[in-house]
Amino acid sequence: MATFSSTGPAQQVNTGFFSKIANNEKILGFLFILPSLIGFTAFFAIPAARSVVISFHSWNLLTDAKFIGLENYQTIFADDRFWRSLTITLTYVVWNIPIQTALAVFIAVILDKMSQSSLLRGIMILPWLMPNVIVALLFVWLLDPSLGIVNIVLQFFGIPRQGFFGDPNQAIASIAGVNTWRHMGYNAILIYAGLKTIPKTLYEAATVDGANTWVQFRKLTLPLLRPVLAFVVITTVIGSFQIFDTIAVATQGGPAGATRTIIYYIYEQVFERRINMGVATAACVVLFVILVTITIIQNRFFNAGRSDLADYS
Amino acid sequence: MAAISRSDTQSINENGSFLSNIKWGKILLWIFIALMVFITAFPFYWVLRTALVMPKTVFSDPRSFFPPDPTLFNFQRVLGMIDPTTLVGQDANNISAGTINFWVYLRNSFIVSALITFGQTIFSTMAAYAFARMKFPLRNQIFFIYLTSLMIPGIVLTIPNFVLIRQLGWIGTFQGIVAPAFLMSPFAVFFMRQFFLSLNKDLEEAAVLDGATVFGVFWRIAVPLIQGPILTLALLTFVASWNEYLWPFLVGRDENVRVLTVALNVFQSQTPQGAPDWAGLMAGTVVGIVPTIVLFIFFGRRVVDSIQFSGFK
Repeated sequence: MATFSSTGPAQQVNTGFFSKIANNEKILGFLFILPSLIGFTAFFAIPAARSVVISFHSWNLLTDAKFIGLENYQTIFADDRFWRSLTITLTYVVWNIPIQTALAVFIAVILDKMSQSSLLRGIMILPWLMPNVIVALLFVWLLDPSLGIVNIVLQFFGIPRQGFFGDPNQAIASIAGVNTWRHMGYNAILIYAGLKTIPKTLYEAATVDGANTWVQFRKLTLPLLRPVLAFVVITTVIGSFQIFDTIAVATQGGPAGATRTIIYYIYEQVFERRINMGVATAACVVLFVILVTITIIQNRFFNAGRSDLADYS
Repeated sequence: MAAISRSDTQSINENGSFLSNIKWGKILLWIFIALMVFITAFPFYWVLRTALVMPKTVFSDPRSFFPPDPTLFNFQRVLGMIDPTTLVGQDANNISAGTINFWVYLRNSFIVSALITFGQTIFSTMAAYAFARMKFPLRNQIFFIYLTSLMIPGIVLTIPNFVLIRQLGWIGTFQGIVAPAFLMSPFAVFFMRQFFLSLNKDLEEAAVLDGATVFGVFWRIAVPLIQGPILTLALLTFVASWNEYLWPFLVGRDENVRVLTVALNVFQSQTPQGAPDWAGLMAGTVVGIVPTIVLFIFFGRRVVDSIQFSGFK
């Protein structure tokens, strides 16, 4: 980093105040990060700390906050709706992640083999660019019990109409389906890019050794994709735990609380029931701890920092 | 082009035993691709089809593939080109009672997204350059803290930020909606830093020898070299702000600052239960999708490429 040594030999003659600043790395560097530092402090660092502080208080926004220790945590741990919301969130993740990831890998491998068309990849990514709200509205219409085209088609094939969002047993799976639709193309593009980094000579060598396509996929493609797969799975799991928009539009947590996920539970504590900032932030802290734990476990599982490609070089 | 030669070598190998299966395999894979494209694209078509028919036709003919008696009536309605009072009594069952002038919401979405994109791109790029190239005290520590914050779930920050904006008296204002994202996002800083790090230092060193100031090197050498990634970041930021729902919903419910995603959900909730205004809702949805589609037509390739890049951060 000797590049910007401010005492370099070929300096212009700096006289003015501004040109001095323009050439002082320490001051300029600080000025460059200053706006971001203000934004970070005000809207990331302090709020994160404040969340923890509020979680030890009883506060309804209108009167002064009162310190109550761990009572909020006791409240949520004793609340059946909280535990149910965790179960529902887990159910959602279990519906969402395996299907979404498997489809994405499948699409990516096929695209990689069959077509390099960026138009095709463009179409696949389109749903991901759409607002969650619009995607949700779109599927509320497509899956409408009486007029939705999906039920009309099902009926055409002699399958009875399904409730989808309106059926407590299908609602959370339907939400997962919608998000699989929205994300599978995006994840496929990420994995597709990962496939491009695998040297083709490896496949040629495997072919010479007589490995068929399936063996190559299992023994070569999947292990070498691990860093990308780790990225995709870890980010989609973190994202899935925070599902909110789709539920706010499609089901509002219903029917009968069947889609009250953890974020919806938190949302209700602040904006729908009696305002209860302490309980809401306590649930936030619990969610944060859960997410960090899951991410650490996943990192271990995927051994994410390391690429197997090193073994082949 | 690597993959083409790879699949060629594979098929030569497989020809040994599956000579006749190869063709069928290829056809099956193409059918799968076609199916995925259909699943991805059909919902968009169906939205357009629904938006193009009269509200009562949505109920009388929900199944024909092409819109029966296509009309622009819903778009005129949604864009305020028809006086809503003249609609009362006509199709009264399924026309939303809500305000339906989407021009205001479109304008608001543009203001919010443009401001966030402008601020976040500039300030994050500056910070990223300082982190990548300048030497100042605590540089690495501050950057590490930024990185850590990528792990915090959004809701943990949303609640205290809502409290802060409320204390500032900014509820129902544009500055309230824009503020948390205006000065930085940890992802944007991280994303741009990667590009600055990948630049060849020789050019910058040469500029220093020619007497350029530290600021001059940033402004006249580094920034022009990564115009592409800066545009990419701006695009992704614009799309993300355009799609945002929860935050503008919490802070900007008032009609004069209501953005499109919030307006669509309000529009849906005001529509008569049992016989929703699907035609109007879908026309609003099309209006909400169009800006993203336009951006995508112009910059689609760049978006796809940058998403592929982001998997390797």
